[in-house]
Amino acid sequence: MSEPAAAPARLELRGITKRFPGVIANSEVSFAVGPGEIHALLGENGAGKSTLVKIIYGVLHADEGELIWQGEPVRIADPKAARRLGIGMVFQHFSLFEAMTVLENVALGVDDVTDLGTLAAKIEQVSKAYGLPLDPRREVHTLSVGERQRIEIVRCLLQSPKLLIMDEPTSVLTPQEVERLFETLRILAQEGCSILYISHKLHEIKALCDRATILRGGKVVGTCDPKAETARSMAQQMIGAELRTPARRAGTVAGQARLAVRGLSLPAEGPFGTSLKDIGFEVRAGEIFGIAGVAGNGQAELFQALSGERPAATADAIRLDDRPVGRVGAGGRRAQGLCAVPEERNGHAAVPDMSLIDNVVLSARQRKALVTRGFILAGRARAFAETVIKAFDVRTPGPTAAARSLSGGNLQKFVVGREVLQAPAVLIAAQPTWGVDAGAAVAIHQALLDLAAGGAAILVISQDLDELLVLTDRLAVINGGALSPPLPTAGASLDQIGLLMGGLHGMAEHVPAHGSAVADVA
Amino acid sequence: MSLRIEPRTEQSRTLLYLTPLLAVALTVVCGFFIFLFMGYDPQASLYHFFVSPLLTLYGLSELAVKAGPLIMIAVGLALGFRAGIWNIGAEGQLTMGAIAGGGVALLFWEQQGAWILPLMALAGILGGMAYAAIPAFLKTKFDVNEILTSLMLTYVATLFLSILVYGPWRDPAGFNFPQSRMFSEWELLPIILEGTRLHLGFPIAVLIAIAAWVVLTKTVVGFELRVVGQAPQAAAYAGFHRNRVVWLCLLASGGLAGLAGLFEIAGPIGQLIPTLTPGYGFTAIIVAFLGRLHPIGIIFAGLMMALSYIGGENAQVEVGLPQAITGVFQGLLLFILLATDFLTRYRIRFTAPAREARPA
Amino acid sequence: MSLDAMVLILITVISAATPLLYAALGELVAERAGVLNLGVEGMMLAGAVTAFAVTVTTGSASLGIVAGAIAGAVLAFAFGVLTLSLLANQVATGLALTIFGIGLSALVGAGFVGIPVERLPRLAVPGVSDLPVLGPLLFGHDVLVYLGLLMTFGVAWFLKRTRGGMILRAVGESDVSAHSIGYDVIKVRYLAVLFGGLMAGLGGAFLSLSYTPMWVEEMTAGRGWIALALVVFASWRPWRVLLGAYLFGGVTILQLHAQGAGGLFGLPAQVLSMLPYLATILVLTIIAAGPWRGRLNAPASLGKPFRPAT
Repeated sequence: MSEPAAAPARLELRGITKRFPGVIANSEVSFAVGPGEIHALLGENGAGKSTLVKIIYGVLHADEGELIWQGEPVRIADPKAARRLGIGMVFQHFSLFEAMTVLENVALGVDDVTDLGTLAAKIEQVSKAYGLPLDPRREVHTLSVGERQRIEIVRCLLQSPKLLIMDEPTSVLTPQEVERLFETLRILAQEGCSILYISHKLHEIKALCDRATILRGGKVVGTCDPKAETARSMAQQMIGAELRTPARRAGTVAGQARLAVRGLSLPAEGPFGTSLKDIGFEVRAGEIFGIAGVAGNGQAELFQALSGERPAATADAIRLDDRPVGRVGAGGRRAQGLCAVPEERNGHAAVPDMSLIDNVVLSARQRKALVTRGFILAGRARAFAETVIKAFDVRTPGPTAAARSLSGGNLQKFVVGREVLQAPAVLIAAQPTWGVDAGAAVAIHQALLDLAAGGAAILVISQDLDELLVLTDRLAVINGGALSPPLPTAGASLDQIGLLMGGLHGMAEHVPAHGSAVADVA
Repeated sequence: MSLRIEPRTEQSRTLLYLTPLLAVALTVVCGFFIFLFMGYDPQASLYHFFVSPLLTLYGLSELAVKAGPLIMIAVGLALGFRAGIWNIGAEGQLTMGAIAGGGVALLFWEQQGAWILPLMALAGILGGMAYAAIPAFLKTKFDVNEILTSLMLTYVATLFLSILVYGPWRDPAGFNFPQSRMFSEWELLPIILEGTRLHLGFPIAVLIAIAAWVVLTKTVVGFELRVVGQAPQAAAYAGFHRNRVVWLCLLASGGLAGLAGLFEIAGPIGQLIPTLTPGYGFTAIIVAFLGRLHPIGIIFAGLMMALSYIGGENAQVEVGLPQAITGVFQGLLLFILLATDFLTRYRIRFTAPAREARPA
Repeated sequence: MSLDAMVLILITVISAATPLLYAALGELVAERAGVLNLGVEGMMLAGAVTAFAVTVTTGSASLGIVAGAIAGAVLAFAFGVLTLSLLANQVATGLALTIFGIGLSALVGAGFVGIPVERLPRLAVPGVSDLPVLGPLLFGHDVLVYLGLLMTFGVAWFLKRTRGGMILRAVGESDVSAHSIGYDVIKVRYLAVLFGGLMAGLGGAFLSLSYTPMWVEEMTAGRGWIALALVVFASWRPWRVLLGAYLFGGVTILQLHAQGAGGLFGLPAQVLSMLPYLATILVLTIIAAGPWRGRLNAPASLGKPFRPAT
């Protein structure tokens, strides 16, 4: 169903505008989604896609403009009203409750639950029909990210939606899970359900969608048939400029191992954590080493163990330039040359309510000599903050601005710059371009490549496979707290990596069941 | 016109320092109506509460006498509050400091020497620290909530003091009253203003506040406290240790509370009695917030809260207001202050009504 | 010890446990919705003094009980406005509420110190109440004791079995998720906080109308704080709150009886008075240090401010 029917569109947006203090998130956005159409909403981080779909789902309210549902103007006051119309939504950051069961989680998102027993039966029925295996009695925190997404999808399907909104659904899935999700979505579309699919991944949109509306800076900049476009042409519309690819240095120098991890195990912290199991790898001078994996498989714990936030059991588990540092804390490791960029910018890499000056003191006080005899050297700290701002083109009124006043991309450039300019021997970067705009992402990638070219060893932990494929020399996959043997990036196939990400074991359980269910329905 | 509330990207500095004044003003307005409602002449009541105590030298000196311990305790508490460590058992630490220092005084009773008072002060600090070490130990070792433990220990400390003054430490010549001997000459703080009760405590409290300001704003330790309080994960990333900060804050606040307790018994009281203060340990929580957790602000806040005690006593004498009105004012002030805090983080705008997506 | 004496002690234990049960159940509901209200002590005092004053003034204990509950709820509402609407820090506001409650109750109660009031009548079921042992144990209490038990059952049932309870737990678990699927987080939290206030007020009313019965300044003597500890002890489960309340009721009565019997091992009376407070610290430590740590069931968004974008 690639052509919208002559009947009124399932949903039409007319001139939707939404302002937040200091930002216009959406400006005069208009487009329509036909019945049974898979419609892509394409745009880079910060283009206003999430705001727009939250308006459609009634979580936010537009300042101007109107929504037309099957030919009728409507006012969608809250998500319940959206669900009454037949709109379902799968959130990017799931709207789930960790300590509650699958059944309760579904019940909370379904408005006409009479009793939980019947609902459980319905869940099993729907999950079978669409190849989305789920056990209603499990508690959410015991489930993988892919399984969690199924809860959200099943929750929507139970209400026979006429429009299903999927906000960046694949960012947490393995390539195989993505393929399965696409199967489900195609079946739904065949049944007449419209799908509004939000993504910035062009190959996915080409593979799945009938039409695409492209957003940039909160405005619609174009509509196209993704199958007729090239990824490059869509990217140019999305970014509004020629996409610069980071300049790759010529040939990799395989130098000394600067970071060597051997037999690193760490118990889980808290009830929802993952324990690390006998992790071992090496990163050599001049090398960028990648760690791929689906979120929640031990990446956070690995980062803490490497940065020194949680010391290892033995000193030898982590060696930095051949010195044992496993028992050394974060400050000590940094002094010895190991710097780190945490995934979360606000509250981990930076203190949101403190100035950029204070935020350089946070992690650069030793290597940049910003303190003496316990006193902070305010002048030196300000000078270093200004250096970072200048070198990394951080858009801010000045070094006294609070970290949280910066946009995601600018704060990330600041954080990466702060660490890179300390000339570390080893840099650990977790999700270095998560949620930043394309321009910032290119700048950050370039900085990492340059640092490696200068002889540093860099470890990139990322869920974005594209990023790892562009950036790394070798990569390994983390799954359930264990690390696969490393693969040379150049020779690795997407399938191979994907299977490792899903954990070969887990895949074997689900694939046949799912395959047959889809076959039944189709 | 409609009301629109928008978050500020940065906390408003101006309002941060203006809102305490606004809160005081609103509390006075509330006081006016409370007095009116209770059938007192509001003007006269307010005058005797807030103004007349400030018109005599004696009144001013009493203000400093009461502000001294409040400032000292509040400075210590503020360090902890900044770091997200909620020691609310300062009253207990004050009591234990007084017991330790008072014990030294009773031990060297009627002995002579300039060393006795410093020794008492040291014992007072150590007593308060030791008592605050209990919640610190439980929090760092087992992650037990320090709010509940420090508060429970306050009840225990008061009972312990009562055991002593009803039992072994009772003044043998005191007609069975529950109180210790009066401390002797070398065990009392020197009076610095003839004809008043003003002792060394107040200037020392001010010096401590200034020192705390330097630590908090200029040193790595102060930075560490603030980072741990605002962003614990960032603190771990920076290589700061939460447990170290927990110990530091509880020992500092416990020690200062202990010293304040010692100054009370070696100053205006001159002996150990079952009830040492009208709740300075708790009032200091209000002082800390009213001073914006800023040591210099706390000096002014301490004077303000001292006025609420003296004003309460004065109004009781002059217009017969019940003593309890002081507590109401103190609670109300903190309440209003927390409410006005909203203004520092959010901007309230009157705008034309937003057009809805469209009525159905 | 005779059987009759045992029964008498058990009855007093139940009586000592009841104010704690009310306050802790109310706080449990607020905390399951994600709100940490440290003002329980202040709300209990407001309830105690209001119930007492209204009972003395009107002569009606029923009116007094209702007024006590409302007084608790009024303070809770003020707490809600500050923390939920104005996003003030919950810990600081809770402390403010306690300080304010202590001051206000002292002011209101100043005229009522030393006035006697008739203890709440015990329910008497003809015939059954006269049964030995079981009669007084099961039927020898006043209406608030039974209401407290009923409330335990009601809260447990509500949280586990009803949709409202499920929504309340969801709000406490993840305010962001609950908001994004269409629940009014702030409204749910207001209701939970108000319920907490009502219950703390009832706990206070029981103290001044049944347990003591009279008005004394700060008569709660830290019970509001002990109730907060009980919620942690109970790992946020209603029936365990009941267990904890009886345990602490037992400790309270133990020390009272030991004092009455001329002390324990010759210890000063004050040492016995310390017992409930020391027991609280001990219990909190055991709960935090035990092998079950990490599975304490604390609501995930407890104490965190939430402001929905619109």
